[in-house]
Amino acid sequence: MIEAKKINKYFGGFQALKEVSCHFEKGKTNLIIGRSGSGKTVLMKCLIGLYEVDSGEILYDGRNFSTMILNERKAIRQEIGMLFQGAALFDFLNVEENVMFPLTMFTKQSLKEKLERVNFVLNRVDLKGSNKLKISELSGGMRKRVAIARAIAMNPRYLFCDEPNSGLDPQTSGVIDHLIKEITEEYNITTIVNTHDMNSVLSIGDTVAFIYNGQLWWSGSNKEILNTTNKELNDFVFGTELTVRLKQYFQQKEQ
Amino acid sequence: MKIFGIIGRYFLLMRRVFTRPQKGFVFRKRLFDEFQYLGVESLGIVAFISIFMGAVVAIQTAYNIANPLVSLSLIGFTTRQSIILEFSPTMISLILAGKVGSRIASEIGTMRVTEQIDALEIMGVNSANFLILPKVVASLLINPILIIISMWLGLVGGWAAIMVTGLCTSTDFVTGLRDTFEEFSIFYALIKTVIFAFIISTISSFHGYETEGGALEVGQASTKAVVVSSILIILFNLILTQLLLT
Repeated sequence: MIEAKKINKYFGGFQALKEVSCHFEKGKTNLIIGRSGSGKTVLMKCLIGLYEVDSGEILYDGRNFSTMILNERKAIRQEIGMLFQGAALFDFLNVEENVMFPLTMFTKQSLKEKLERVNFVLNRVDLKGSNKLKISELSGGMRKRVAIARAIAMNPRYLFCDEPNSGLDPQTSGVIDHLIKEITEEYNITTIVNTHDMNSVLSIGDTVAFIYNGQLWWSGSNKEILNTTNKELNDFVFGTELTVRLKQYFQQKEQ
Repeated sequence: MKIFGIIGRYFLLMRRVFTRPQKGFVFRKRLFDEFQYLGVESLGIVAFISIFMGAVVAIQTAYNIANPLVSLSLIGFTTRQSIILEFSPTMISLILAGKVGSRIASEIGTMRVTEQIDALEIMGVNSANFLILPKVVASLLINPILIIISMWLGLVGGWAAIMVTGLCTSTDFVTGLRDTFEEFSIFYALIKTVIFAFIISTISSFHGYETEGGALEVGQASTKAVVVSSILIILFNLILTQLLLT
């Protein structure tokens, strides 16, 4: 489990996060949602340590990440897998080398063992046989899957996904969402997904934290989200023409 | 005051760069890749410019010797001194600042804006050491070799130009090349080269590493890397010349 306790983050005079406290459960897909600029990416970067929090605590299964020294943080980071918005694959390496990279850097496994692991995780994300492809030869969806394979290669305890569906068509988005959900349950890891895609919220969001103006505005499950009376959350959830029409359709049907 | 902030960040980055690599064999592999990208791929332009500059220096010297009492071996002597002392170490380093410096800055800058550097950091890899150290070490080792090749080709270019134009005999030219030759001039040129190589690789890496934004900022970082490296090369050229030759 990952916990954030009263974290504040400032950029100059601007307060991006205000007293945010939330927890993300193990074995569940925990979603952080919010409008662009609401602070959800800042929250995720603070949780991983890419941004230092100005006050507050971040706990990884009770271990205080905020007060750790560099080497302790390095050890925690080897337990983290991260799927970036643009996949962030190393373009000087091919698919196999990308997935193998954390194994090469942090384990003493033989080449054979590393290859077995690479083939296993590539198979897991339905990319069997794509080992030698260059990153430039991959589609957006394939890149995301390679990034997931790289993220889970080290058997992480924590998986972070920053807008995993951005730039993908709805069908591919669904495939990526379900892959994240399956992996979370299969390996019993703590997964945090940063998204503003309502499809993801409804299909994989075991827990949902809604960030509004840098504050934790609402939290609950994806089942509760459609019935909430929270105005700002409703504006976000029913912010597209499609969702508004669907809401009207179901209301008419009920009447 | 801004300049002090930049210098401070540069030294903080260098402190992260000059640490022991996490995996020796990964470092060696990246080092050999950098030899290829920064050294071997620069060989063509270095050779081309050196041959033609050697030829131009020899021809210009020959045309400026109007006095019949001055020995024609001066053509070889002047070509050697110009090529070894100044042209090869300084001018070729400026060329490399443009070619190699922009490559380093744009490569690292692109990695920054596409979050590849963040990905390294999150994995627990010292991204500065992993990305920059092989480039710096490769530059420090390969640039002196490039400069020695440049010196040799520059002198060959000068000799070939003299032969083609018939401005003096081969014997006169070679006599001039060998006249009062001091080995220290090679040593001096190589010291300058190593320092310039350090400037090019670290300044360009710094500007790439500090990139924020997108494609436009990568281009700006690349330009800034070349401009700042070139200015520092010129400044250090003066300082080193004063220190080493006086």
